[in-house]
Amino acid sequence: MRFIDPHIHMSARTTDDYERMAAAGIVAVIEPAFWLGQPRTNVGSYIDYLSNLVGWERFRAAQFGIRHYCTIGLNSKEANNEALAEAVLDILPRYLLKEGVVAVGEIGYDDQTPAEDHAYRAQLRMARELDMLVQIHTPHRDKKSGTLRSMEVALEMGLAPQHVIVDHNNEETVRDVLERGFWAAFTLYPQTKMGNERMVEVARRFGSERIFIDSSADWGVSDPLAVPKTARLMLERGIARADVEAICYGNALLVFGQSGQMKEEHWLSPPPVDQRVLFEGNSVLRGQQPRVEELPGIPDHTDGIVIK
Amino acid sequence: MRPLEVLDAWLHARLSAPALTWLQEQAARLAGDDGDAALFMAVSLVAHRIGKDDLIATVAEREAAERARSGWDPTDWSLDQAARIYLLLATAGDSARFARRLDQLCATADVSELVAFYRGLPLYPDPPRHAVRAAEGVRSNMKAVLQAVAHRNPYPAEYLPDGAWNQMVLKAIFVGLRLDPIVGLDRRANPVLARMLADYAHERWAASRPISPELWRCVGPFADAGMLEDLARVLRSGSTHERAAAALSLTACGDARAGALLDAHPDLARAIAAGTLTWRTLAQAI
Repeated sequence: MRFIDPHIHMSARTTDDYERMAAAGIVAVIEPAFWLGQPRTNVGSYIDYLSNLVGWERFRAAQFGIRHYCTIGLNSKEANNEALAEAVLDILPRYLLKEGVVAVGEIGYDDQTPAEDHAYRAQLRMARELDMLVQIHTPHRDKKSGTLRSMEVALEMGLAPQHVIVDHNNEETVRDVLERGFWAAFTLYPQTKMGNERMVEVARRFGSERIFIDSSADWGVSDPLAVPKTARLMLERGIARADVEAICYGNALLVFGQSGQMKEEHWLSPPPVDQRVLFEGNSVLRGQQPRVEELPGIPDHTDGIVIK
Repeated sequence: MRPLEVLDAWLHARLSAPALTWLQEQAARLAGDDGDAALFMAVSLVAHRIGKDDLIATVAEREAAERARSGWDPTDWSLDQAARIYLLLATAGDSARFARRLDQLCATADVSELVAFYRGLPLYPDPPRHAVRAAEGVRSNMKAVLQAVAHRNPYPAEYLPDGAWNQMVLKAIFVGLRLDPIVGLDRRANPVLARMLADYAHERWAASRPISPELWRCVGPFADAGMLEDLARVLRSGSTHERAAAALSLTACGDARAGALLDAHPDLARAIAAGTLTWRTLAQAI
């Protein structure tokens, strides 16, 4: 099986992770722009970070046979530093059109302050003007009302729900997101967000339409193999293979593919000499047939496949 | 024709009508100076509007490139690169503004943009001004960027000082790029580079790691006694390609001891004399 992890902060991860991810069948990742665990103090460090996402990290991933895409935006936490936020909003358009940028993201609310609202709306406006997708980060606290508000403002700003991904859903938010026509992403993140046994039940209840999963792995305790592990758990617990493939690969490709920047051919049939992007290829690309009947291989079995 | 006109002709022959119209509108608007931000957006939008197909220049087009700018070789160029350089040249203005904008473009570039900007080095106004930029490209950790500076690009041989030039050649070897496509490689060979390369060979030997046969190309003309011993060692125990490289290297060495070493390998000496073994044929065989 092939996987896409449509939300993972690879610049915080090691090459061991890239190797294990490739071995587990992950062919593409999307890295949303976010904060560094502590707030930035000036626009210069933002410029270097965004350049890293469209440059070095993309190259680094390619060396392991993984295609790297990103979303570009000002995160909600740092939107609260108003001087910084204005400077970042000024330079964002320079990055939104870069190669491999699939959406404006991850943007939205954290504390739901007026400053966050201002930055969120400004970026929704950019997305509408540049005809781009939007990836919404929903808040950890006051989640349900923050999620509803994120969607209301997106609609108010003229975004079409099929162009908007609402991330970090749980059992409490998913129905509202799906009913409004948005895409619902779930983050399998130990301790704080969703565990993957809960995700199996969500799949059982809601099926696979407009639903997909990600790891959001970053510099915290998190799991870059969350997508393949959860796929395996779903299969073992009787979720239909077609649904698992949609949730762990197909839907992410469908929704982010709307950007025109992310195409299945990028990893299935890259040009033989691909010097301009330097994709080194992985086992999928060396002419081998994927072994579709097997369960996803998890390189490191010692930590099991259940994410609590 | 000037390089701008050459690029214009290439793009005319290849782009769809809407893509060409878009590009020409951008160039016209930006030549009237719509400010930096508009140029930055247009340069990024090229990937969306024009695509990244290979340029694949015809023989006549390659000759036109050579006439417009000696050493300009579009072999590896793609359409997005041609269009981006076209926009830069069409909106160049004075060379100080050009250099300032190029710095800003590079500061926020994606990989494809960096490759385009470095490929364009030989075509920019006031060429000596960009030597620091070229050296910065050599420092890149992204192989494609180093390659854009080093391969089929006449700029480094003409404008890089020895220090940066030597770093470029050594780094090409270090990251596994071919040396043969480096323009002016033999002309810019120098004793310091020969010493650096020989030192690197010793490092690799000590670690039991393979060495690119092309490494010896810049050693021969300046080989001292120690390097001649290195070459003798390669002739004795190297792979077929390495032995061929050692023989080629010795051929370029004026020292009498080099001739004596070569005499012991008449098969290689004959192939070199007949022109069937050259650095080019070796590079293609590796």
